[in-house]
Amino acid sequence: MMEVLFYIASLVALSATALALTRSNATHALIYLILSLLAVAVVFFLLGAPFAAALEVLIYAGAIMVLFVFVIMMLNLGEAGDARERQWLTPRNWLVPGFMATLLFIELMLALSHTPDIVSGVAVEPKAVGLALFGPYVLAVEIASMLLLAGLVGAYHLGRRFIVRESEDD
Amino acid sequence: MGGLTVPLEHVLVLAALLFSFGLLGLMLRRNIIFMLMSLEVMLNAAALAFVAAGANWAQPDGQIVFLIILSVAAAEVAVGLGLVLQIQRRFKTLDMDTANRLRG
Repeated sequence: MMEVLFYIASLVALSATALALTRSNATHALIYLILSLLAVAVVFFLLGAPFAAALEVLIYAGAIMVLFVFVIMMLNLGEAGDARERQWLTPRNWLVPGFMATLLFIELMLALSHTPDIVSGVAVEPKAVGLALFGPYVLAVEIASMLLLAGLVGAYHLGRRFIVRESEDD
Repeated sequence: MGGLTVPLEHVLVLAALLFSFGLLGLMLRRNIIFMLMSLEVMLNAAALAFVAAGANWAQPDGQIVFLIILSVAAAEVAVGLGLVLQIQRRFKTLDMDTANRLRG
């Protein structure tokens, strides 16, 4: 049972990734990429890593993909027309991702209703992850926080408008 | 020893296939948004391999490396999308081949 769910989820992940990287429209690609990340989250859950699955949905499919959406929307501001917006919403563009997402949702419901016998081997609980994270791996937490601070400073530096800099160059 | 009902090799094959999709996308696409998406796919595939190994031996270490990869991906995408905005502002295109000269 768990094997079948795993193989369906991995097929969804592979096909969604292939479709995402072959689209010509960035917004359509983003839908398939989110779908691929959700499928990988289901794989994590089936592998007995519920904490990693939750973080995959929250941070990867949530926060990081929202950054992509924001940037794509910012770049499209000038040329966006009503016709293009309408073309983005044709059924052809959302039926396949919607079908795949429904498949993943049904899988998740099945997995949740059979948790004890469906999760492979022994599930690694969030408590064990937390204990290891703030025990032997506490240096990794510090390094990750410094990395995120560096990313924040770098993104702020790159993202602000270069008005001052350009007038200095002239 | 937890042991998976799915062979560990199959999960690793899935991770390798996802990684090669990301690598192919990175090499074939020239739109910088798609290149960043391919990088995300590759990081995600590496994280999948770590989580699978951690699940196979029922140890939390795999998920901790997943957390580190997650923060690397978040920092990378923030800086990368900042670069996308700068490139769009300077070159009026997202094609990477127009930005192949430094100090352009």
